[in-house]
Amino acid sequence: MLLVWPIAIPLFTAILCLLAFRSFEAQRVLNLAGSLALLAASVVLVARVLDEGPIAAQMGSWPAPFGITLVADILSAAMVLITGIIAVACAIYGLAEVSRTDERSGHHALTQALLGGVCGAFVTGDIFNMYVWFEVMLIASFGLLVVSGGKAALDGAVKYVGLNLIATLAFLAGVGLLYGASGTLNMADLHLTLQGRHDETAVYAAAALLMFAFGTKAAMFPAFFWLPAAYHTPSVTTSALFSALLTKVGVYALIRVFTLVFDTTEPAIQNTLLYGAALTMVVGVLGAAAQMHVRRILSFHIISQIGYMILGLAIYTPLGLVGAIFYLFHHIIVKANLFLIAGVIRKSTGSEDLYVIGGLWKRKPWLGVLFLIPALSLAGIPPLSGFWAKLLIIIASLEEERYFIAFVAVAVGLLTVFSMIKIWMEAFWKAHPAGDDAAATPAPALLYIPIISLAAMTVFIGLYAAPFVDAALESADQVLNPQAYIAAVTAASEAAAEALDLGPQEAIPTLVEPIEAPTVPEEQLNGLEAEGEAE
Amino acid sequence: MEIMLAALVGILVAAGAYLMMSGKLLPYLFGLVLLSNAANLVLFASGRLTYAEPPLVPVGEYAPVGEVSNALPQALILTAIVIGFGLLSFALSLVFRAYFELKTTRMDEMREAEPLPKVEKAKARPVAGPEGSV
Repeated sequence: MLLVWPIAIPLFTAILCLLAFRSFEAQRVLNLAGSLALLAASVVLVARVLDEGPIAAQMGSWPAPFGITLVADILSAAMVLITGIIAVACAIYGLAEVSRTDERSGHHALTQALLGGVCGAFVTGDIFNMYVWFEVMLIASFGLLVVSGGKAALDGAVKYVGLNLIATLAFLAGVGLLYGASGTLNMADLHLTLQGRHDETAVYAAAALLMFAFGTKAAMFPAFFWLPAAYHTPSVTTSALFSALLTKVGVYALIRVFTLVFDTTEPAIQNTLLYGAALTMVVGVLGAAAQMHVRRILSFHIISQIGYMILGLAIYTPLGLVGAIFYLFHHIIVKANLFLIAGVIRKSTGSEDLYVIGGLWKRKPWLGVLFLIPALSLAGIPPLSGFWAKLLIIIASLEEERYFIAFVAVAVGLLTVFSMIKIWMEAFWKAHPAGDDAAATPAPALLYIPIISLAAMTVFIGLYAAPFVDAALESADQVLNPQAYIAAVTAASEAAAEALDLGPQEAIPTLVEPIEAPTVPEEQLNGLEAEGEAE
Repeated sequence: MEIMLAALVGILVAAGAYLMMSGKLLPYLFGLVLLSNAANLVLFASGRLTYAEPPLVPVGEYAPVGEVSNALPQALILTAIVIGFGLLSFALSLVFRAYFELKTTRMDEMREAEPLPKVEKAKARPVAGPEGSV
């Protein structure tokens, strides 16, 4: 039952928000309460998974591979936990930031539906079900993007919708080919069925389609153009939520499918991921260097950081995956925080265009400190969390003697410092073009609560990294050696089959036997009965 | 039969891609419709094309009797069609609304979210976002 809560709570809250559509206050309270409940459920889930190893459940008590499996190992559970953290942070921030227009168009209900889709994608063990959760997430994000109804938002949404729908269709076709090749959709079952068949054309084609689909969702080169077109157009709360969760669902799906279902040691798959990741890093960071709008710089940095995570997967050693998983966790906190700070910059100075703002250091030095924590962490300056994440991935690539890739990773880190310093110099250090008082518009105190909390988490993970790296180690071990994952699914499936047997199973043998008995010779009948008893 | 279906999928994808590269939003949507049908056909063919009976359970039985066609891909396609219908109707209304707001459906002219960089540095650019655009 534990596995259902991360999906049920947000979807139920979304329904309640829709029922309370007349009252904005009620919707805000529901949004916050639902997010807190999600966080609580995810903490319980993580504790249970860390304690017992992967857990699985069959929906509707149908045994796998027919019924839908929900399964959580440490990676899934940790992703659900971080979704809960970000949900609460954005719900608190949204109390003071989301405009009435957005709320009237259903911001809160859509946010909760988005969270339901994201959590569903994290805990499902069935690849078609994952497609469905991707759709839930996608349609909710479409809605969130256009609730403000502004010109820029509509323009961004058209590009976002258009490119993501292609990825969705590639996902669907890939699932179709996979089903045609293996006859199953359960990911644990796919792992077993596809053993030793990774060089078949159908499997390769499915791998290519799914890599394109997840790569597009994760904003991997060359299919990232939807992201910088759309992420700076909605409200800051929505931007932060998107930046934290949407692309990371793509990365999660890549890690899950390209360890469990496909064999990433195939050179074609590994090289595509490896060089795709390197190009993603470089293109993202160069794109950011060309921008002068705070949230657009940050959007391009999402792309470049996604490259690191995929690089960790592509190296495909335990250490590489530890780096990817640690990076995933660290990046969500840091990136959401930077977007939230961009919102405060906007409130304080009236714009996010670096040409027309400035003077924040003089008027709001504490905001400067709060900005520097995630900014330097993003760039990988010790002792903050980003340093450990980058270090793990660079060591992993050096160990595999991929020196060029390691060089690219270090160089991209330096260029990230450049972009962060650019925001610092333009928004904080230089004088405001309209006089420093223009930078002093007070921002509601409520905005600072999530920013300070997330910054504290960044510092905490940085200074006290060992337990997190240990958890990532165990998680990478589970991902690379999925026996425990598969055993959990098998156990849940057997339990479901047993539960199912209580009802109709008594009837089935008595019904089948009278029909077959007259025509079957006696020895075979005995054999049948023996088989029936064995079952 | 499989070869014909495969060729049909190829033609649909090619036609869809051609329409999508027209640079206008409405042909782009029609291209998406073709692609979505191609994906559904791939799902359909993945269940193998046979002359088997429909997967119906006779009265008094608990499972279908004899050779029946695979019901799962049909269920998957049904799901995919419903989801695709929802997404495409949303996309159509979005394009409609975007046309009214932006006065164009040509993709090259849609630069509201990503304005071209201006030469004059100090000049304030319109703020992209809810406050600037409501």
